[in-house]
Amino acid sequence: MKVLSITIAAVLLSMFASSQPLITRNGFLGFYSKTPMEDIKAENNQVVAAIDLQKKSLAFSALVKSFLFRKELMQQHFNENYAESDTYPKTSFTGSYTGEVNTQKEGSYPVQVSGKITFHGVTKDVTVPAVLQIQGGKLTGTANFQLLPGDFNIKIPSVVRDKIAERIDVKVKVDYPINH
Amino acid sequence: MQKFYIFISFLLFGSCIKAQDSSLAQLVNDSSINENSIVKGTFKATQIVNMPTIESPAKGGLQFMIMHRFGRLNEGAYELWGLDNATIRFALDYGISDRLSIGIGRSSHDKTYDGSFKWKALQQKEQGMPFSASLYGLIAYSTLKYSDKPYLNGTFRTSYLTQALLARKFSRNLSLQLAPSWMHFNLVPTEEDNNNVFAIGFGGRMKVSKRVSINAEYNYVPDGQIVTNDITNSLSFGMDIETGGHVFQLVFSNSQGMVGPAYLAKTTGKWGDGDIYFGFNITRAFTLKR
Repeated sequence: MKVLSITIAAVLLSMFASSQPLITRNGFLGFYSKTPMEDIKAENNQVVAAIDLQKKSLAFSALVKSFLFRKELMQQHFNENYAESDTYPKTSFTGSYTGEVNTQKEGSYPVQVSGKITFHGVTKDVTVPAVLQIQGGKLTGTANFQLLPGDFNIKIPSVVRDKIAERIDVKVKVDYPINH
Repeated sequence: MQKFYIFISFLLFGSCIKAQDSSLAQLVNDSSINENSIVKGTFKATQIVNMPTIESPAKGGLQFMIMHRFGRLNEGAYELWGLDNATIRFALDYGISDRLSIGIGRSSHDKTYDGSFKWKALQQKEQGMPFSASLYGLIAYSTLKYSDKPYLNGTFRTSYLTQALLARKFSRNLSLQLAPSWMHFNLVPTEEDNNNVFAIGFGGRMKVSKRVSINAEYNYVPDGQIVTNDITNSLSFGMDIETGGHVFQLVFSNSQGMVGPAYLAKTTGKWGDGDIYFGFNITRAFTLKR
């Protein structure tokens, strides 16, 4: 009986001791391609993101179909011909960051994020600089970096080569409320 | 009681193990909602060959289309197998909303003006609604001068087409469409000919690559409705090539007409005799309003 009680206590403790990650359902993910021929902008405000400040790990997941373009036709071509979202419905990132963040103190903390991006069924290792900011009871994470379509096995036909930038700018912005 | 404790501890153990398994990645993956979205891209263009598809320009989108049919293949070398002759139709279609579009057109065939609308009544969903249904209406007005028939006023020159377009995207490559059609002609050659003509169209596309598809359509007009003219059912094959804002459609058809009342009720060509019109449809999309 004693053993059992201890077991239960230990189990309960281990459950509560594990750190609680912060999670949000409306993170922002945008990508931008600017050429003299065409200005493409796609934004997704329904990104699920989580960060664990103890383990220094973070993860993102988003539906590829939820990227909104200014032109309906672009959105259709993106989903049908490039991202093939019927076959690869989700894009995700999992990784960790290095750098110290003090949640008790307001300020900006530059960090290095590294991990794996999965898009169009291809997984790629990336390391990008990011900023974690503590302000007004909020933790905001932002990152700007560039990706190459070719790295994710996305082929761009020569006909539209001039309309799509070689490097695609990616913007990430996530707000988490912190409860002290 | 003892058993109960063991049971409880097992439960707790189980949940604990689960909690350790589910990493952050699992957490975000499980929390992202797979929303039930509308199936898009059933067809590449707003028509299969002649038959309108359920696709229409998006809100604020303007589509300019050039439809073009050369002469018959069996006209021989002197007419360069039909390439010396052509009929053409220009059309503009505008998306008032994502569900409603209107269009105007002008065919050189009988010098016909047409006005049309397309309304997406039902849209296929990933779960639930298994097909899309659109209502298509067209009014055609022929302005061809008949010097021997001066009494032909506006009423007699007008015909109407109403179609229900029922389509389903079966897979990323295969889409099929069914189109029950009703036409009304204000003027028909004799009393034996019906003013109201019913037809049913079948069509589909099969993608062979991301940007190329093979299309076919067949329009069946039940016998006994049009007797004066020896009409045949319109059968067409085509190939869509999509390049960004353009869709090129190369077509082969036994119909010369390009709007409903013409290709459904006035097709006389027979594939077997080589009455084949080669041609193309070219669409260009513009965005007027964002």
